[in-house]
Amino acid sequence: MHELGVVMAIIDTVVERCEGARVNRVVLQVGKLSAVQPDALRFCFDLATEGSLVEGASLDIVEVPGSGRCRTCATVLALDQPYAQCRCGGSDIEWLSGDELRIVEIEVQ
Amino acid sequence: MCTTCGCSGERPDDSPGFVLDLRGKGAAAAPPPPSNLEREEKSRRILLEQAILDKNRRIAERNRGWFANQSVAAINLLSAPGSGKTTLLERTVRQRGDALGIRVIEGDQATSLDADRIAAAGAQVLQVNTGTGCHLDAEMIERALAELRPARSSCLFIENVGNLVCPALFDLGERRRVVIAAVTEGEDKPLKYPHMFRGCDLVLLNKIDLLPYVPFDVRRFESHLRTVNPHARMLPLSALNGDGMDAWYGWLEREQTGS
Repeated sequence: MHELGVVMAIIDTVVERCEGARVNRVVLQVGKLSAVQPDALRFCFDLATEGSLVEGASLDIVEVPGSGRCRTCATVLALDQPYAQCRCGGSDIEWLSGDELRIVEIEVQ
Repeated sequence: MCTTCGCSGERPDDSPGFVLDLRGKGAAAAPPPPSNLEREEKSRRILLEQAILDKNRRIAERNRGWFANQSVAAINLLSAPGSGKTTLLERTVRQRGDALGIRVIEGDQATSLDADRIAAAGAQVLQVNTGTGCHLDAEMIERALAELRPARSSCLFIENVGNLVCPALFDLGERRRVVIAAVTEGEDKPLKYPHMFRGCDLVLLNKIDLLPYVPFDVRRFESHLRTVNPHARMLPLSALNGDGMDAWYGWLEREQTGS
């Protein structure tokens, strides 16, 4: 949840950085483990950009799969959720990817 | 509706605390959106490579620096609604308020009911109402600190909005995160809300006075907690009758002295 707050933070940053130009496209990187749902972001984005320089912009979300390394045996695991149990029985996992929540670039007129 | 989650689907244009109003941010001069053809012809790219929550992170770091400088032990207290955060704080204030120099920032969507309870227990308290927002953020804490002005070496509790989802994402600059779960909730809470439990330092398992009456297996809960967070400590207690509270006070005293 909480995606509307995240979208508001995106709009603030984009409006600050778009040099007063109308924004055509916003590209985000959203990790699978980031606790943010891409569909909810898209829903909020259309609503929240209304009346701003970002209105009508397309939102491209690049989803980043989760992966982690077991701190017990160093095995690298794919992570679909924020926890996992390694084959060695360990559950202390260092995240390698999947917690990204970034604005990569914008396209302006 | 919660303007952060957007849960009810209504436009939050009349919310008191967090208003979706972009006027003054370039909207006044905004021409109508361009057609796709126009976009392709004229567009140029600007690389940002910026974390979305960067602003919150920067303010949180500023808060953390202030806490460290003032030797204030800042504890972010999180739980679902009704797990007993305020009851735990009331008892803690009554029994250790003076010794630990306890101050409290109370986060709620509305009312000052919790702040009234804390004030009645004897602690200096500031209520922060988030309106329809479902969590506290670092900027709210920065503003609250300017008003509350916690004394040097005090113990500052930040009671977050009752919610196991949204507050997990927002660093406030706290030293420790403490999650309260109650035995009246499911044993599977850590698995259902992994982000919240993964990011905490201590779990207080509250309402253990009700264990004889509810089907709750403490070991099963702890096993689920270990799956999500192998490092968090867990202290079972009852904020109502006081069982287990000494271990909590011991943890707080160690936090305050930084040991």
